[in-house]
Amino acid sequence: MESDKPAKTESKATGSELEVVGSGFKANIKDELDLLKKKSSKENIREELENLKDPTRTQIYKSIFRVKHEPTPRSRSLGVLTNVFLHLHPAKINRDATRFSYTWGMGGITFYLFIVLTFTGILLMFYYHPTKGQAYRDILYLESDVPFGKLLRNMHRWAAHLMVITTWLHMFRVVLTGSYKTPREFNWCVGVLLLVLTLLLSFTGYLLPDDQLGFWAVTVGTNMARGTPGLGHEGPFGPQLGMTPYNDVRFALLGGSIVDANALLRSYIWHCIAIPVIASVLMAIHFWRVRKDGGISGPAPITLTSEMKSPGARAVKQSVK
Amino acid sequence: MDWGQLWTIASAPDNVPIVALLFLVPFFTWLGFRQARANDRLAETLEGDTALAKTHHRKTWPWKPHWTKEVHVWPFLLRVEFLATIIVTVLLFVWSITLNAPLEEPSNPNLTMNPSKAPWYFLGLQEMLVYFDPWIAGVVMPTLIIIGLMAFPYVDSNPLGVGYYTWKQRKVAVSAFCWGFLMWIALIFIGTFIRGPGWVWFWPGTTWDHNAAVYEVNRDLPVLFGIKTQPWQAVFGLVVVGAFYVIAGLVIHLVITWSKFEKKIFERTTMLQYLVFQFFAISILLSMPVKLLIRQVFRIKYVLLTPWFNI
Repeated sequence: MESDKPAKTESKATGSELEVVGSGFKANIKDELDLLKKKSSKENIREELENLKDPTRTQIYKSIFRVKHEPTPRSRSLGVLTNVFLHLHPAKINRDATRFSYTWGMGGITFYLFIVLTFTGILLMFYYHPTKGQAYRDILYLESDVPFGKLLRNMHRWAAHLMVITTWLHMFRVVLTGSYKTPREFNWCVGVLLLVLTLLLSFTGYLLPDDQLGFWAVTVGTNMARGTPGLGHEGPFGPQLGMTPYNDVRFALLGGSIVDANALLRSYIWHCIAIPVIASVLMAIHFWRVRKDGGISGPAPITLTSEMKSPGARAVKQSVK
Repeated sequence: MDWGQLWTIASAPDNVPIVALLFLVPFFTWLGFRQARANDRLAETLEGDTALAKTHHRKTWPWKPHWTKEVHVWPFLLRVEFLATIIVTVLLFVWSITLNAPLEEPSNPNLTMNPSKAPWYFLGLQEMLVYFDPWIAGVVMPTLIIIGLMAFPYVDSNPLGVGYYTWKQRKVAVSAFCWGFLMWIALIFIGTFIRGPGWVWFWPGTTWDHNAAVYEVNRDLPVLFGIKTQPWQAVFGLVVVGAFYVIAGLVIHLVITWSKFEKKIFERTTMLQYLVFQFFAISILLSMPVKLLIRQVFRIKYVLLTPWFNI
């Protein structure tokens, strides 16, 4: 800190004096005491406290945030670009892209809900055993004894439901604004996979309380896998290809021929580890591609029908500058 | 009218999302199409006024020449995002404090829930089970929907309408998606509000009767025509399904080449794009409602009968 500077030079000066005098241990101690006295003087402490009043000037703040935040273009850009959480954003965007009526904000809200679900999900994992008999009791314990346990479970469930809705609405907006068109086709496909994973995340979580609701929903859901063509024992050409209830695709999903302990463990692993990891990787690609494909698609100036180029031209170039 | 029964369904905490969807989907549809109409009107004006078209900023929002085209993310976007997270968090807290996540009795394989319903977002597939065998409703249809969605940007050869709402410039693509989305929501609605014990159809407001037995004699199309032996049932079924694809394909072709503009877009479409679009439009967007209609109106179960599978 700046207040240290005069003190340091002083100590050097006294050090050289000491050498001249050539005194021993006692003088040295006296010197240190003098220094401490100077540092603890009222003026010095006041100055140090004065410096703490502006946290942005402290070494701790500078070490964390790297740049000052001032209403200057340079500072605003650096604030976004040098922050790991914000750097997915560009420094500047289309002035109309912040309008809720255009974006609906559904993609961002979906991502925020994923974070909420990860947070509440990790907390829930502290209280949950994915074993038959224990799982249901854990939910009862969570609802009655764990502080805020009921709130935690409710929030996890409702956030999951909300995430399904926001994903659909995000997709709906992308279609209505034609945002899936060149060069964003591939990112749309990643988005479709993320939609499927969102539904699967929700579905695998359904069984975990091990109650009648989840048990029968998963029974109904996985019974459909029996009918997989060629891979299910009740599907077209399944029996002909040697499928039985003990080796078909449903067996692989459940880890058995009925919804039981293995199915509970499998859906737990899919729900808490496998799908979130896959979804996180796809999300990274999804967000990265949004930037690489030129940021969010609009709101763009409209193109007129008469400006459409003849077939063969890859894309219509904007005539407006 | 049994309002109690309707309220029991509508107020079940797990059904809140469906009730919410009934408001959210119309609201966002309105929000999107309102902007589409405004943009279409602007496009019409500019088409008729070439001088204005050269100078206009081409958005329906206000614009002044000295305004910068871009704004800083910090703070103009970040404050919106921050506000959104706060609103969502408050909403979640209120929702979680007022409504409890359902917890039924411990799972019991010997006691079947009736009706036993899939989670609400999969109710569309469960409702499809009425009209198709499990291998189609549970496996083939979901796969087709996923692949169809992924193929969507690759078959849409219309270069207009990137980054703004429009209806007139993208009638085919927008209506194809909206039709599928609407059907998906409608099936979820049927599965939630109409299907009762035994998956029997109870109109909203009628009491769920756990003893209701429906004497519904389902018939197969070949049998109706007096064909009772194989392989003629299979041959007949294949002919009917083939005829369905041809007729549906013709209808879709007429619709997507209806106007002069649509014909222009059709010219840009490659054969592969056209065929893929036709396949998914017929297999997902048309076969589902057609199968629903012939089942609900004529009580016809299967159209194609073979020794291995039925459709």
